[in-house]
Amino acid sequence: MAALSADFRLGLRSFELSLGLAVERTVALVGPSGAGKTSVLRVIAGLARPDAGRVELDGETWVDVERGMFLSPERRRVGLVFQEYALFPHLSVRQNVAFGGRERVDDLLERFRIAHLAASRPRELSGGERQRVALARALAREPGVLLLDEPLSALDAHTKATVRVELEELLRGLELPTLIVTHDYEDAAALAETVGVLVEGQLRQIGAPEELVSRPADPFVASFTGANLLRGHAELLDYGLTSIRLETGEVVYSTDRARGEVGVVVYPWDVSVGRVHVDGSALNLVAGEVTSVVPVGNRVRVRIGPLTAEVTAASAEKLELARGGTVYASFKATGTRLVPIA
Amino acid sequence: MKRSLQAALFFAAATVALLFLALPVVAIFTRVPPGRLVRLLSNGVVTNALVVSLRSTAIAEALILLFGTPLAYFLATRRFPGRAFLVTVVELPLVLPPAVAGIGLFAAFGRTGLFGSTLDALGLQIPFTLAAVVFAVALVASPLYVRTAIAAFEAVDPDLVAASRTLGAGPAKTFFRVALPLAGGGLAAGAALSFARALGEFGATIMFAGSLRGVTQTLPLAIYEQFSLDFDTALAMGALLVLVSVALLLSLKLSLSYWPWQPSRRTSVSVFARSS
Repeated sequence: MAALSADFRLGLRSFELSLGLAVERTVALVGPSGAGKTSVLRVIAGLARPDAGRVELDGETWVDVERGMFLSPERRRVGLVFQEYALFPHLSVRQNVAFGGRERVDDLLERFRIAHLAASRPRELSGGERQRVALARALAREPGVLLLDEPLSALDAHTKATVRVELEELLRGLELPTLIVTHDYEDAAALAETVGVLVEGQLRQIGAPEELVSRPADPFVASFTGANLLRGHAELLDYGLTSIRLETGEVVYSTDRARGEVGVVVYPWDVSVGRVHVDGSALNLVAGEVTSVVPVGNRVRVRIGPLTAEVTAASAEKLELARGGTVYASFKATGTRLVPIA
Repeated sequence: MKRSLQAALFFAAATVALLFLALPVVAIFTRVPPGRLVRLLSNGVVTNALVVSLRSTAIAEALILLFGTPLAYFLATRRFPGRAFLVTVVELPLVLPPAVAGIGLFAAFGRTGLFGSTLDALGLQIPFTLAAVVFAVALVASPLYVRTAIAAFEAVDPDLVAASRTLGAGPAKTFFRVALPLAGGGLAAGAALSFARALGEFGATIMFAGSLRGVTQTLPLAIYEQFSLDFDTALAMGALLVLVSVALLLSLKLSLSYWPWQPSRRTSVSVFARSS
């Protein structure tokens, strides 16, 4: 499989985008809005010129600022799927797909299950159908790399789950270097083998999704991947333990070693919740009022003081979390990560 | 009681304004019976003027579309220092008194003008010819088209243009297959506007082209001439222009409201766009 390599700098309004990235299979760049994610795609597609650096696909140079080289978008083998899909409103589905290339149109219409919509105009389609047309159109060009800008954000919550599964299967079957940008870590983790966290134009961490969860490089990555982050002051103890006095006064323990100002990272699914004080193997116990109970699929997210815990819907019912009151949240010292705080 | 008086005054003011706008048009058709108006149109003065008007307006309109469309696309899609100045240059003839436009044309293309000697050397003489009518009409009418066309092109979603490029279409193919069809409604409206303005051109034409019957005398110029010679014939030509104007206004409104891919209603007939 060919590989895309992008290594460039681009001055944006309030910060500089600076990125070194190799895309061999599926990479997702995830970050808050305004982090420069779309600009990355625009530079690779040739819709924006970087200030410095190079972009190449499998040895074919698309941009080389130092050598004064810039290939216009129509000369790059790139398939870009826009956030709002950017389907041509004056063309039918078939004409939209054929715009990218005429040879494989029937194939693609069949493959993306849009053959029955061939004569329809984009505005008659649902969100999921529009996305399939946009993908078919991008692939009609036989691109060497596929770029997806927030592929799921234009969909309502209901269709999003289904489309995500479809998209994931599709990308697996494509065998094309693919770069996805999204603001949703869950989407990134579901769609890509490698996830990079982009904040204010800088790549904070890049790795397998589970690696970002288990070893976040900094507090931002931790909170972005859905972890609790408790701030406090760390001191080393005997037995290889570290004690952290939290800003709220409680003391918790971690098997990670650190000193000074740290963030304690705990994942919601590593936090147990009980109505009574249990003396178990979990070293860390935080008592607090239940402030919110939010169902997420078959699980329930419970907010207890500074912590979010995730329990099964059955447990939530058994513990009668919905009625509020004081509960005990516990987690093991081995379930925590300490990250330095600047 | 006081409120109903206010309402009555408000209503009266609106009625006066409406009547004032409608009466001159109505009067053209009521003074002379319609049958006689039609018969008067076969007068030689009228047919000559009609031919000159149609020819000059058609040529001017073709030139406006041919040269104005690229200019509008350029000004709509590029951002560069001095762009606002160029847009103002395009808009200027709109607010310029027609007499000034006429004298400006003389200063540029007249015998002793800026390009006079060049044109002379080429054996070309512009003033007092059909070409002069075309020049005058094009100068005064093109800003209406270019202005509307800029707004129409600006309303095309830049993502669609970008999508076209990433799908392998170069700038030219993108222009013809994406920008032009999507902006079509606004372009048609601009064309109708400038056509109406061209057909009614008077001041610049009479200065730069004169009023030579069968050569440079357009319908408005013929109306002016017949006004003191044969008022009824002047009225007949007026009636003809009213009908054409109504048709143009309707086609303008239709092209704006029924153009299927109009991205927004932003390109309604606002002649001056935002200055940004």
